[in-house]
Amino acid sequence: MIKTIRGLSVSGTLVLIAALLSPASSAVSAEQKTAKGSDLEQGKKLAFSRKKGNCLACHMIKDGVSPGNIAPPLLMMKSRFPDKKVLRAQIWDASKRNPETAMPLFGKYEVLTGDELDKVVDFIYSL
Amino acid sequence: MKKIISLLILMVIALSALSIAHADPEQDRKSIIKFFETRFVGIPLSEYVNGVYAYDTIGRESWEAIEEFPPYEIAIEKGQDMWEKPFANGKTYTDCFPDGPAIAQKYPHWDKKQAMVMTLPLAINQCREANGEKLLKYKKGSINNILAYIAFESRGKKTHVVIPKDAPGALAAYEDGKKFFFTRRGQLNFSCATCHIQNAGNRIRSDNLSPALGHTTHFPVYRSKWGAVGTLHRRFTGCNKQVRAKPFKAQGEQYRNLEYFLTYLSNGLELNGPGSRK
Ligand code: HEC
Ligand code: HEC
Repeated sequence: MIKTIRGLSVSGTLVLIAALLSPASSAVSAEQKTAKGSDLEQGKKLAFSRKKGNCLACHMIKDGVSPGNIAPPLLMMKSRFPDKKVLRAQIWDASKRNPETAMPLFGKYEVLTGDELDKVVDFIYSL
Repeated sequence: MKKIISLLILMVIALSALSIAHADPEQDRKSIIKFFETRFVGIPLSEYVNGVYAYDTIGRESWEAIEEFPPYEIAIEKGQDMWEKPFANGKTYTDCFPDGPAIAQKYPHWDKKQAMVMTLPLAINQCREANGEKLLKYKKGSINNILAYIAFESRGKKTHVVIPKDAPGALAAYEDGKKFFFTRRGQLNFSCATCHIQNAGNRIRSDNLSPALGHTTHFPVYRSKWGAVGTLHRRFTGCNKQVRAKPFKAQGEQYRNLEYFLTYLSNGLELNGPGSRK
């Protein structure tokens, strides 16, 4: 985690602070607009499924039952991740930001397919 | 939080440095104890024999209630029968184990003649083989009865794993087990340490994770999930499977070396098997 914090560049931190200060929507560019409702439902299913994302094993997520507490709660993601690509990268390969991460490398190790991962990202981004 | 993490990082660095250069198991053991002492302030070392219940105060209540009428009692009785009943050739286990059934503290140990880590289940089967008896399976079934009896008779003895200096293979086996413990595997990319050191005390879904320290003191274990008493290597298998890694062979070299390392960490802790867990 120390590494993660060090890894954030100064400008990255500034963007983050700006995002936290401004209304969330302003940080969302056109290409990052929210996904369709049905996709979000699918993304949620994938994220909650024990066989697929099983994000609840470690993260608190709205509507999720008996979450673990290994990892930070997933909320206000647009302000945490103004750039959706960074969020996707985190879920694709968490070891990039933290080599000692406990989070499975969902994309890199093909726990989720690219399409599944996109849906999960859309859902998480909507939180 | 920060302190714990930096300690962990230090420890990981220390451990990886150790594995390259001079390995000192005693240093490993001490740094792991220090890590847990810092994370769980005020929990005495002797509590670690109770696994996750050392700090899971909610789970502890129902566990203590279960221990009032231990679900492994039948296994102990059956195990005593096994111990006392002569083999077809008239000999008994006592011919192989002249010190009697209170011997769990002698295992695992480095067997100089066979140049390998000798575990109690393996020694039991070598005894059976020498006496023309059928071999027992290593994960489920009646091996757990005799192990439960031996564990019960050994209660109060202390874990005492020795790594003999005059047998280089012993240290290599310990090192191998340590490497196994810290190696990430499976599609989900976890090492044993990810769950039982780094995240001990955190919940994965609703399971509170136990500390590696004390892992071996109470086997075999009755698990409600199994509805039976099972061996340590059965537990290893389950933990490998949950990260979608291919489990290794029970009593194969990898798991025996892992047991050697893991048990060494608990040196000085009291044996309190058989145990019961969720
Ligand atoms: C077994 C544990 C585990 C699982 C399962 C898990 N994560 Fe994580 N996650 C973590 C940890 C630990 C962190 C903290 C950063 C780190 O150590 O890498 C994290 C961090 C994150 C972050 C960054 C949060 C932030 O505010 O910086 C996101 C986003 C995330 N996870 C999404 C997911 C999603 C989506 C899933 C499921 C598809 C998932 N995680 C499953 C353990 C997990
Ligand atoms: C994804 C998480 C995870 C990983 C990785 C993992 N375990 Fe476990 N382990 C658990 C859970 C959950 C339990 C049951 C609750 C508890 O006692 O911690 C458990 C229980 C155990 C127990 C029984 C503890 C007791 O008190 O009876 C042992 C021993 C054990 N694990 C050893 C290992 C070893 C060795 C490895 C690596 C080969 C490993 N575990 C990897 C999650 C994990």
